[in-house]
Amino acid sequence: MQISARHSEGGVIFDLSGDIDLAHSPVMRKALLGEIKEKRARKVFLNLKNVRYIDSSGIASLVEGLKASRDQGSRMILYSLSPSVREVMELSRLQKIFEIYENEEQALSS
Amino acid sequence: MLLSLRLQSNPEALCLVRAVMEQATEMLRFDEPDSRAIVRSVDEALANVICHAYKGHGGLPIEVTCRRLRGGKDCSSPDGMEIVLMDSGRAANPKQLKGRPLEDIRPGGLGLHFIKQSMDVVEFSRKDGKNLLRMLKYLAPSKPGTKLEGE
Repeated sequence: MQISARHSEGGVIFDLSGDIDLAHSPVMRKALLGEIKEKRARKVFLNLKNVRYIDSSGIASLVEGLKASRDQGSRMILYSLSPSVREVMELSRLQKIFEIYENEEQALSS
Repeated sequence: MLLSLRLQSNPEALCLVRAVMEQATEMLRFDEPDSRAIVRSVDEALANVICHAYKGHGGLPIEVTCRRLRGGKDCSSPDGMEIVLMDSGRAANPKQLKGRPLEDIRPGGLGLHFIKQSMDVVEFSRKDGKNLLRMLKYLAPSKPGTKLEGE
């Protein structure tokens, strides 16, 4: 898995790629919670276009990030979900609790 | 026997197992959604062994075996794949094997749900101090009377 951060006027954007599994989800979790809890970003965007695989530990990290953002009164926004991520979201029936957009333009203007 | 893997309880091994399982499902002509379902189930099951049976300790043994299921010649039983995971970790808690309601939105506890949703048969057992997880995925709707290759 690779993760990189970009800053926009609306907040921070994380571009994720590769496999988010048990070996790598702690890295994403740390980056996500650091931005939400410590840096108190108003909006955190996750670009999931190039995520090839995500497991339940990756989904758990996303849920943790969402809960932290709600506690902080900020927003965590997902966009460009790859087919694999979309499939796992549907399996876990979590697609309705996350704020999800089709692409970056829609996400940033939300 | 289609495949036999011996690995250690290290999360870094999971990507290798996923790659091997993907190839194995393609060889047995599973379609892409079913292939992803099998790969996901094996990955989640191994993650459960690492996190729960071995409590996150690395370097402990896990065995994965796969067998091709041959259906009957009269097409009365489906072809498919049998996957068995074996570990020497602590016995699973029956309560944890039930999973949790999806309405209870919180981190964790989704792996078993993914496995049960993805596979046709999921059976846990304990034998000679080892945990066994047997999973079946059929190429066609599940029917009784399937024979295992080599029997």
